[in-house]
Amino acid sequence: MNPRLTMATASRVMRQVRHDHRTIVLLIVVPCVLLGLLAWIFNNTPVFDALGAPLLGVFPFVVMFLVTSVTTLRERQSGTLERLLTLPLAKADLIAGYAIAFGALAALQALIATGFSLWVLGLNVAGPAWLLVLVAVVDAVLGSTLGLFVSAFATSEFQAVQFMPAFVLPQFLLCGLLIPRDELPDVLRVISDFLPLSYAVDAMRTITVQSSATGEVAGDVLIVLAFALGAIALGAATLRRRTP
Amino acid sequence: MMNGGGGSPAIAVHDLRVIRGGRAVIPGLTLSVPRGQVVGLLGPNGCGKTTLMRCVMGVQKIAGGTVEVLGRPAGSKPLRDRVGYVTQASSVYTDLSVAENLSYFAAVLKIPRRKVDAEVARVMGLVDLTDWAGWRVGALSGGQESRVTLGAALLGTPEMLVLDEPTVGLDPVLRRDLWDLFRTLSSQGVTLLVSSHVMDEAGRCDRLLLMREGVMLADDTPAGVLAATGAPDVEAAFLSLVDRAAEQAERPSGESAEVG
Repeated sequence: MNPRLTMATASRVMRQVRHDHRTIVLLIVVPCVLLGLLAWIFNNTPVFDALGAPLLGVFPFVVMFLVTSVTTLRERQSGTLERLLTLPLAKADLIAGYAIAFGALAALQALIATGFSLWVLGLNVAGPAWLLVLVAVVDAVLGSTLGLFVSAFATSEFQAVQFMPAFVLPQFLLCGLLIPRDELPDVLRVISDFLPLSYAVDAMRTITVQSSATGEVAGDVLIVLAFALGAIALGAATLRRRTP
Repeated sequence: MMNGGGGSPAIAVHDLRVIRGGRAVIPGLTLSVPRGQVVGLLGPNGCGKTTLMRCVMGVQKIAGGTVEVLGRPAGSKPLRDRVGYVTQASSVYTDLSVAENLSYFAAVLKIPRRKVDAEVARVMGLVDLTDWAGWRVGALSGGQESRVTLGAALLGTPEMLVLDEPTVGLDPVLRRDLWDLFRTLSSQGVTLLVSSHVMDEAGRCDRLLLMREGVMLADDTPAGVLAATGAPDVEAAFLSLVDRAAEQAERPSGESAEVG
């Protein structure tokens, strides 16, 4: 691994995204619109305060999963990946480059969505705002790394998009947003213990209700990061120099 | 077989076998390509040209045999900045500009940072895209796009170029210019392995490999191929070699069907 190659890859990916204005607008505006809609629907109820922060963690996860899986699938199919693997670029440089680029994009998205929720929509959370942003960025990185991994199993962009409901919706159903995880049927609760989004949402819930639970949040964040690292390792294993 | 130049040959293939989808695409190939020449790899679509080139680049899973490039195992680390590769797909980023693409690949090749701009400018000159430097590749014509791909392979002056159908879909003027470029590179000592299914490009090569169904029908100079078959042009020579191989295959297992 070589820092210059990692950063060159990250800035190349960012340039690609920057040329695509519509994607940037969608990335930034859609979470804000959805959160705004939620706040409006649950106007004058405590529901938005309860769900707002967890959703701030879910949106970047979903969006980055989609963006990364389609982008890397394109890289696999356009022949650029095959070319890169014949050059002095380590697989780790490629994956870390992607993670950095999409992590930065996710940070931007998280900053804007969090600011919008706190100051425009009036979201009340007990914990500090920076922690919301941090957890959102980590969730986004998790989405990126999972997207990178599953793109190996898609042979078309249609399939890559279908992986979103297949991989993400079950996690969404079981992550504790619909009902708290300890009220789930036993089997489902155990399953939810093995899904990364559960910890992302746990962290956001803790921030929502406790003002000084940084340690507890850090534990959840570390678990999410561990899942992300696992996905990176699996993703690297799917990048093969020699293919049939 | 003769090897031009000193040291190891540019490409040394020994008893290479490749199986794809349960079929032996290359059933057992031995081959040596001398350094510093333009070698044309010719044959019909689906004959195994791309597979062979992928073996040379070390990106093809092989079932047996060895492939050495510039004296080292194909695809090994020391080769990765010494061999340029152009695939049939354009393999550049269509959402980046010409200069952005080349700068990225220059960085990946570890060309020193302060030299990147000069190297990118040099290569854009070689493939005649200087006026298009700021254009998004996706907005260029197909011919221009394939020249961006070629340009990326020329960065850092590799010792060998593996070009898979680099002239397909190009107009005659552009094709001539590219072949002139290949000749210039070869005169500077670069080895070029160029595939084509257009037989009339054969005359521009120093050496020809005629391939069919994973088997080399001929490995000779263009003049040698014509003399051996008595055919007026390479296309006719190819057809006569195909017939000859078919005749030999019909005979009960006697002589080998290989033509040297």
